[in-house]
Amino acid sequence: MSEAVFFFLAAFTLASALVVVLNNQLLYSAIALLFTLFGVAGLYIFLWADFIAGVQLLVYIGGINVLIIFGIMLTNRISSVRLSQTNLQQGVGGVFAFWIFIIISIVISKTSWFQMTSAEPSETVGQVGTLLMTKYVLPFEAASILLLGALIGAAILSREAN
Amino acid sequence: MDELNNYLFISAALFSIGLFGVMTRRNGIAVLMGVELILNAANINFVAFSRFGGMNLDGHIFALIVIVLAAAEAAVALAIVINIYNNLNTINVDEASGMKE
Repeated sequence: MSEAVFFFLAAFTLASALVVVLNNQLLYSAIALLFTLFGVAGLYIFLWADFIAGVQLLVYIGGINVLIIFGIMLTNRISSVRLSQTNLQQGVGGVFAFWIFIIISIVISKTSWFQMTSAEPSETVGQVGTLLMTKYVLPFEAASILLLGALIGAAILSREAN
Repeated sequence: MDELNNYLFISAALFSIGLFGVMTRRNGIAVLMGVELILNAANINFVAFSRFGGMNLDGHIFALIVIVLAAAEAAVALAIVINIYNNLNTINVDEASGMKE
């Protein structure tokens, strides 16, 4: 049962990712990106990463995707119903991307990965919090400074020039 | 589903699709969506190796920091895109080539 759900989720994620890069209407692409991110959150749950799945829903779907939709709305003449755009050099790009995929696939299947069996944890939130406050406190603070810098930078960039 | 390779293949496919988007899209915001796909592919790898490497949670921390980076990057990139739109009245990346010479 869960096997079927897993493969459905994987196919769903990849299909909507294809819609993101191929659809000519930008808003449809943004909505398809929402479904892709949702599928990735489902994969995180299969990987026992409940906290990351929650963060994915909150930050990616609730934040970044809404931001992207705002960007589309602000940079197109909404009165023209079709917010369309064209792709350039799809043939060359497609061949190159497929070639990269083939190479990565060969590497993945030829490598014998180090794997350990482990029991499923009841929850990961507490352990992630402990790690963030002990071993990874410096990256945590650096990320805070980065967010502050991005906040100020975005505010200055998007302000009307005077 | 209890197989590391499945997740790695999904991640590789997602990465290639995102790369295709970044290379072929003309619209700046659509390029940004391709970048988000690539970052998600990297995150799947982090979490998958974390799960199959003995449920070591270090990979989760990396994934969290990548998500934070993606949020900061999206905010700044959209501010730049809106500025380009105000100045050039287009956000097609091939037309915004004023810094070339």
